[in-house]
Amino acid sequence: MAAKFEIQGLNAWFGSKHVLKNINIKIEEKAVTAIIGPSGCGKTTFVRCLNRMHEITPGARVSGKVLFNGIDIYSNGVDPVMVRRKIGMVFQKPNPFPMMSIYDNVAAGLKLNGVRDRKILDAAVRRSLELANLWDEVKDDLNKSGASLSGGQQQRLCIARALAVEPEVLLMDEPCSALDPIATAKIESLIRKLAEDYTVVIVTHNMQQAARVSDYTTFLYLGELIEYGPTKQIFENPKQELTERYLTGEFG
Amino acid sequence: MDYHKLRVAKNRLMQFLVYLALFSAIVPLLSILSEVIRRGFSTINFDFFIKPTPTVGEVGGGVANAVQGTLITIGLASLIGVPIGLMSGIFLSEYGELKLSVAVRFLHDVLSGIPSIVIGVFAYALITRSIGFSVTAAAFALAMIMIPIVARTTEEALKLVPMSIREAAIALGIPRWKTTITVVLSAAKKAIVTGILLSIARIAGESAPVLVSMGFWRWWFAGLDRPTANLALNVFIFAMSPFENWIALAWGSALVLILLVLGISVTARVFTRERY
Repeated sequence: MAAKFEIQGLNAWFGSKHVLKNINIKIEEKAVTAIIGPSGCGKTTFVRCLNRMHEITPGARVSGKVLFNGIDIYSNGVDPVMVRRKIGMVFQKPNPFPMMSIYDNVAAGLKLNGVRDRKILDAAVRRSLELANLWDEVKDDLNKSGASLSGGQQQRLCIARALAVEPEVLLMDEPCSALDPIATAKIESLIRKLAEDYTVVIVTHNMQQAARVSDYTTFLYLGELIEYGPTKQIFENPKQELTERYLTGEFG
Repeated sequence: MDYHKLRVAKNRLMQFLVYLALFSAIVPLLSILSEVIRRGFSTINFDFFIKPTPTVGEVGGGVANAVQGTLITIGLASLIGVPIGLMSGIFLSEYGELKLSVAVRFLHDVLSGIPSIVIGVFAYALITRSIGFSVTAAAFALAMIMIPIVARTTEEALKLVPMSIREAAIALGIPRWKTTITVVLSAAKKAIVTGILLSIARIAGESAPVLVSMGFWRWWFAGLDRPTANLALNVFIFAMSPFENWIALAWGSALVLILLVLGISVTARVFTRERY
């Protein structure tokens, strides 16, 4: 397996607050990597550094290297807009575009980047919705508002929207935290399916979820990388005492 | 039991006070409307809508030229004021953390606080004195009144669009400027259009700056360097005239002005109706 990301000495700040401290890690291609850790440990900031979303927050800063396919996405010649097209993102709360239909939500990334051909758009919408396991539920309602769907459907719509621009990586920031168990189970099985073709990085505060869906697990604590390895090893045989204490629920 | 009665009595009292407040707020509005409709309606006939202002001693006449002039004036003012106001509003909302935005926001507040007659004098000094009393000068003055209203309502409307929507678009690899003009603006469309309408309704009834910069004109539109007739000025000038038929025209003009503003709002409401 090849590394999709190679992160070297990554630091991130909000103003003077140092939220990520010297992170070094490789993220494997076509696998699911889970980021776990207690609240405020920098999980979300970490994934937002991978597609340069961190810097859109006023006062936010990054240093270090994030090699994506061997190229540092923070080097001078790299356009953050192009980075984000290759590295899609799904957020904690489903955020479909209001005032847009289901179809337009999925097609938005392509349309706004200049794709006009109806045939290409139709095909992309269908392919993305099928990939997101949503097609059968919405195929007759493509002109309805995205906001008319249930929370779980909205989240799958957001996944379809991210997939429509054909990224190589999907970053998911606690995608199930606003969903019920049934919707969560659907998203989890979807994540396993997506890992066949995409590199998935998922932030979760739910350790069982990390154990269920991920191939690799990263444990962050207070902005530092404590342990990283195959999920099985991290959960069954953690090398660090801190990881074990977190996994056994001693703190959270 | 007594406690219960007291509670009911207090509830009744508060209800009474609330209804009283509602009533006293609505009475002036309804009495203005009913008086304008009663007096204005009797002057309205076919001629009223197709004939221009009558001269002294002439019987009949209408407000057709004033409707035309008012539409041209507010149209021209919107052409200047809406784009500038809209763009300032977008700037203030999307780049609000800059020092320049603080200054711009403050200047908008100052501008919206300037009495409209002063804006009229400004337009007079800047434009009327070089090209004469003209619809251009009036439109310029009215645009100055529109800009802070449009900018402020646009800013407020855009700020209500959740950050998560912007982030969703940016994370799709859509450039920031495109995110703003497509996703963010469309999410706030309704509130922005409402703000623009409010500003149009506001300037449609302005008389002081129009009088100073353009003056009164009783003929049809004759070019951008000439004045046009104006409904608000019709009300102002005719109401003070000694002639019965002119006073009737003032009431008629007031009614048409109200209907015009109402018509603009209703039309735009229909166009911006939520599709979902």
